[in-house]
Amino acid sequence: MKRILVFALLTVFALAGTAQAETLKLLTWKGYAPQELIDTFEKETGIKVEVTFSNNEEMIAKLRATRGAGFDLAQPSQDRISYVQKKYKLYQAMDYSKLDSSLFIPSMLSAVKANTLVKDQSYAAPFCWGTSGLIVNNDKAPGVDSFKALIDPKYKGRVSYRLKRPTLIAIGFALGYDPYALYDKPKEYKAMLDKIAETLIEAKPIVKNYWANGDSLLESMRSGEVFVAMAWDAGGWKLHHDNKAIDFKAPKEGALGWIDTFAIPAKAKNVEAAYKWINFMMKPENSGYFSSKEKYATASADALKFTEKAVADNFARSFPQEVINNIKWYPPVPAKLESMEGKTLDKIKAAN
Amino acid sequence: MPRSRMVFWIFFAPVIMWLMLLIVLPLCDLLTMSFRGENDYGDMVWTLQNYINFFDEPIYWLTFVRTCLYAVVTTVIVFLLSMPVSFYIAKLARARVQGALMIMLLLPFWVSELVRIYGWMILLRESGVLNFFMLKIGLINKPIEMLYNDATMIMGLVYTSMLFMVVPLVSVMESLDDSLIEAAHDLGAGQWTIWRTIIIPHCKPGITSGSIVVFMLVLGNYLTPNLMGGKNSLWFTEQIYNQFIASFNWNQGSAFGFLLLVLSSLIIWSGLKLTRQKLGEVAS
Repeated sequence: MKRILVFALLTVFALAGTAQAETLKLLTWKGYAPQELIDTFEKETGIKVEVTFSNNEEMIAKLRATRGAGFDLAQPSQDRISYVQKKYKLYQAMDYSKLDSSLFIPSMLSAVKANTLVKDQSYAAPFCWGTSGLIVNNDKAPGVDSFKALIDPKYKGRVSYRLKRPTLIAIGFALGYDPYALYDKPKEYKAMLDKIAETLIEAKPIVKNYWANGDSLLESMRSGEVFVAMAWDAGGWKLHHDNKAIDFKAPKEGALGWIDTFAIPAKAKNVEAAYKWINFMMKPENSGYFSSKEKYATASADALKFTEKAVADNFARSFPQEVINNIKWYPPVPAKLESMEGKTLDKIKAAN
Repeated sequence: MPRSRMVFWIFFAPVIMWLMLLIVLPLCDLLTMSFRGENDYGDMVWTLQNYINFFDEPIYWLTFVRTCLYAVVTTVIVFLLSMPVSFYIAKLARARVQGALMIMLLLPFWVSELVRIYGWMILLRESGVLNFFMLKIGLINKPIEMLYNDATMIMGLVYTSMLFMVVPLVSVMESLDDSLIEAAHDLGAGQWTIWRTIIIPHCKPGITSGSIVVFMLVLGNYLTPNLMGGKNSLWFTEQIYNQFIASFNWNQGSAFGFLLLVLSSLIIWSGLKLTRQKLGEVAS
């Protein structure tokens, strides 16, 4: 009897080890891996995709906790890669020969390569891009065209933004600073942060809440509780689809441009599958599907052909050429800034 | 080794492994991490700086003091609300009703805290259920925002932690002899005197253990202050989260974690000293 039991246990362990199909563990943002594309990918390659949703800060924290293990592919923003790589070595260098470079918009690929360069090697390939700007309810708050609206007493109790670094940068621009130019001057940057903190603490009665969850922000815009919010363009376009009065507006200070990337963690188990997924996602029909569904523009060269017209119209409406030229693309963040910003954010939240 | 000893160790080993690998070791790791930090050149060295930062920087210790005060206020409110509720359940309700009441208290805990908090948010928000009905019956003429202030946050905390006070109170009250209360009545004691001299002294162990649990739960809560309190509600737990996740400063974060552990234990210890109780009596 005992022997049978032991044997049974051993077989269970052995089976558990081998029966697993090949999987790709993907650490990404919500919406970046639509279920339909995951199914197609599995059909084409036989690889299962396990998706974990996260954001920039948590992505770094998760990978740091395991020193880059546990995931095969991550999708951090391009400005948050190089200093993290220098300090914690979370990623492995990208082998660009394994990517089908004809799929990418050349200028974006080279920009991301340049921005994630650490010791002669680059660590990421672009996936999609977008901007942070204003979502405005034009019925309730007509004519809003500046980040200053976020601190305007006219909209008391009708304003919402995240308490994260993009807001600090936006208010910096609104106050007439150029935060990016101060990135490598910690002292001046600190002075700017103090001024921003002062402004945002003073503006506390104006803001309704600091949003943390994209869906609940969209809900409060839809129900008319919030008139002006700082958020991502895609969210504004989703609302515009249902209610024409609400739309994304690139503020005159310049919308803040980000590019989210593909980066392979240092101890990824299934690197081949990661490259396969990147090439799969960048195919124009798949990128086009993603854009139609999630409203984000991608770095895929021909995706626009496969994107729904309504979505393509969004770009034409919100981003005429001069607005695009005015986008303030995030440069790579130097290491010391994050803790300074963290303290500033704490100070703002703690103030009464 | 005798056979029974071996069997004991075989069954005991998983428990020890679980305790050591998942609780003791990570805590030791956190403790060492809290004493490490970067010097001016960016190298890791042993330092007390993380702990000094807490006392140097008013934001940090003020947040802690604020969190503690709110936890104490919540505990007092929970106590005041739970006393009559428990008394009713233990003494006044009939046996069958008693069971039903306890189940009704337990029922909300079958869903997760997150879901319950979102439920409250749907009720209280500006375009929410409560505002809708108050507008309908003409009580108010424009919706009021009931979320994102301290009163709502405390209400949420009271709601999530009330059960942990009621359960120990009911169990100590059940052991209270009714004839003591009757005798006091016969001898002419008023309501207040009976509560002050008979019921509360008898319930002391239950009150203490309930208060400790509620205080610790509120102090360590993260969801409720964050979601219901909104913009003014920096909770100390959130500060720990921020150090780990937003500032990437794990050393500072673990120092805060240990400070929370030590300071909250100190508060409970001094509370026990003040009321002249021993932890052993309360726990039993």
